[in-house]
Amino acid sequence: MSFATSSAGHAKAFIIARVLTGARRFPIPVYVAAFFTAFFLVAGMAPKLLQTHDPLALGLMSPLKAPSRAHWLGTDQSGRDLYSRIVAGTGQSLSIGLGATALSLAIALILGVTAGLSGGWIDNVLSRLFDALFALPTLFLALLFVSLLGTSVSTLIIAVGIGTSPGYARMVRVQVLRVKATGYVEAAKALGHLPKDILFKHILPNAISPLATMFTLGIGQAIIWASGLSFLGLGVAPPSSEWGALLNAGRNYVIYAWWLEVMPGIAIAAFALSVTVLGQYVQQRLERRIELP
Amino acid sequence: MNVTYPAASFRQDATLPPVSSPLLTVQNLNVSFGPAHSRRAVVKGVSLTVEEGRCVAIVGESGSGKSVTARTLVGLTGARSHVQADLLTFQGKNIDRLGDEEWRALRGKHIGFVLQDALVSLDPLRPVGKEIGETLLVHRAIRTRADLTERVVDLLKLVGVPEPAVKARQLPHELSGGQRQRALIATAIALDPALLIADEPTTALDVTIQAQILDLLSETRERGKAMILISHNLAVVSQMADEVIVMRHGEIVEHGSAEQIFGDPRHDYTRGLLKAIPSVRSRGSRLSSSKAPRFISAEGEEVRELTQSDIAQRSRPLLEAERVVKRFRGPDGKLRTVVNDVSFSLGHGETLGIVGESGSGKTTVARMALALEMPDEGEVTLQGAPWTAATEKERRHRRSDISVIYQDPLSSFDPRWTIERVIDDALARRRGDPLDRTSRQSEVSELLDLVGLSPSFRTRRPLELSGGQRQRVAIARAIAPRPRIIVCDEPVAALDVSIQAQILDLLGDLKSHLRVSYLFISHDLGVVHHLSDRVLVMNHGEAVEAGGADEVFLRPRQPYTRKLVAAVPQLHFQAA
Repeated sequence: MSFATSSAGHAKAFIIARVLTGARRFPIPVYVAAFFTAFFLVAGMAPKLLQTHDPLALGLMSPLKAPSRAHWLGTDQSGRDLYSRIVAGTGQSLSIGLGATALSLAIALILGVTAGLSGGWIDNVLSRLFDALFALPTLFLALLFVSLLGTSVSTLIIAVGIGTSPGYARMVRVQVLRVKATGYVEAAKALGHLPKDILFKHILPNAISPLATMFTLGIGQAIIWASGLSFLGLGVAPPSSEWGALLNAGRNYVIYAWWLEVMPGIAIAAFALSVTVLGQYVQQRLERRIELP
Repeated sequence: MNVTYPAASFRQDATLPPVSSPLLTVQNLNVSFGPAHSRRAVVKGVSLTVEEGRCVAIVGESGSGKSVTARTLVGLTGARSHVQADLLTFQGKNIDRLGDEEWRALRGKHIGFVLQDALVSLDPLRPVGKEIGETLLVHRAIRTRADLTERVVDLLKLVGVPEPAVKARQLPHELSGGQRQRALIATAIALDPALLIADEPTTALDVTIQAQILDLLSETRERGKAMILISHNLAVVSQMADEVIVMRHGEIVEHGSAEQIFGDPRHDYTRGLLKAIPSVRSRGSRLSSSKAPRFISAEGEEVRELTQSDIAQRSRPLLEAERVVKRFRGPDGKLRTVVNDVSFSLGHGETLGIVGESGSGKTTVARMALALEMPDEGEVTLQGAPWTAATEKERRHRRSDISVIYQDPLSSFDPRWTIERVIDDALARRRGDPLDRTSRQSEVSELLDLVGLSPSFRTRRPLELSGGQRQRVAIARAIAPRPRIIVCDEPVAALDVSIQAQILDLLGDLKSHLRVSYLFISHDLGVVHHLSDRVLVMNHGEAVEAGGADEVFLRPRQPYTRKLVAAVPQLHFQAA
């Protein structure tokens, strides 16, 4: 369907044009969120650009220094610059966040769509599986995978990805069921379209678009879960400066050096919040076109 | 001289005999909504008077301001409204600038208000008896609990709810639509108000229930109460009203006695409204003022001489249902027979109307004709070949022979798609060689033109269109695959009478132009009679009566059909 794709392309160009022309009227939180997101993306991809010190260079003369002009966010027990370490750890944290969410959504989509479309005993079996997994705490599931697979970045991605998937899978299933019952799916069937065309043209796009916000929320959540595992010593190990690992390393010194816990914590919160704000904003802009005011 | 002596009765003593003192006087009423810089006027300069024991009807289409006018009279226009009137008096008292507290004292006790949708207007978690009792308690008309129960049951009995003592303890959803509407009327008349305002009181109801509710309202009037009846249904109005106000775009276009409005309408708009009502008399004529469109002769291939085999084929029905039965499992787990032993056939170029009240199974019949629902017994054949008995795989390529127009077109369009994509998607299902992109684009424009929409609609989305425009797009989509049969399931039920007239005219034009057959489903006997060659009357899943449209509607043989035909409100006064 060359025509359909060109129309979709047109729609995309239309959205981009709308977003650009609306640039002056963005709400302030969106600007702030965009700034932080951009900062962390650069830090993740090219940490050297933003670092003020070598994140691994020991500073024997300056351990546990409070934030100052020389060390913006202070130093750790080995005198390493905390700001540079947070920047250096961004890449790992972000890839865990994005990777785990992507994995989680992929699992959720496959299982949720299968359950929603097939109905009958397949739906029953899958739904009970989601319920069973959902009943277990995410952290517990993640712990299980870490203990099976050992500790590394990829293990964290798998552990958090699988651990958070049942919740998404249930949502995907409900969305698929909702769209499946709409008049336009029936109209497409009455026109004699193939089930696969109906699936890709109507059911998937309409079922997934409400989940876009969930994806952005999920990135922040996944980073928090990964940090939690690292904090428990089950994630990425020192000298890596993944944000959770930083929190873990700093907890022994928190009485003398509050910044060792607060600063990585702020980084996690700032990134999770920013992505969520952006995601919700984009979602609203898109939905305004197709939903009743 | 007493200073608090009401000014209105002062004037009345001086000039008029006391009997004709108006109960309600409205002069130059203006209502607008929104903030000061972008205020939208909804009611513009409306004046009316209601005298005791009289019924004034306000008719108009959606957006005419009739409901807002009614709501102003009970102080329910909301915080964002600006109400302004030269004079607004009720029982001689000024009600122009009342506070919430004062309105509450007036509403229910002196002015009763009946809303359109009883299911929405009644609290879903409260037994209907409590809801009615609430009015009595709030206004301190009843003090003891025993009295209250007795009074509520009396009221339900008065409005004709069967088993009132049982129904009083039930929740709104446990009552039927008609019973709910009765309960709502019971709430409104609980305190015997002097004025009853009914806003579309019968719109969501079946004709037989509508007739009962209208009888109930007439009884209330005969007890000497004044009434303001808001409706878009001119026939309903002609049965009830002494005086009629026709509104359009917030203004009164015509105001007169019922005899004058219905017998000798002066304004073009009123005349158009009266002419737009489909009925037996309108058969074969156009309902709207639009002219029959000039059809482009691009459909050349369709216009060909009839060959012998064509004629042979034409003698066979296109679509045939053989004793179909459909059962559904209800929420209680019991099997209910929704369609029982229904047979019909639809010939070439014919329109078969299926009428019935809600729950009669007519939509299930339509879905079986489309093979979207499979009969439990019997079968449907399309062009002589098995249809519901075939597999979906065999059916798929034949689906372009039969298409559908729904009551609610909006939900039948993917909200993300433009109109162009919606129609193009249906074009892709047309039989024969696939069209290339340019010819598809020109075909979309042609189809839009055929249904009376300009090409600028291509890039619009369903949500941006009005109800009538959406239904036109739905028709364009339905005819795009060049079907032989179009199943129309209540295609005009959600539309205003003038828009309904346009859509019915369009369907009529397309029928002769495209040589399609219609399976036309509606609860509106007038609509079915206007368009159908033959009709099938359904009740509780069974085919009650079938035959030619005139035969069934003018000389009904079965008691149910007679009851149905008798329940349809007729225009009382006929235009000369």
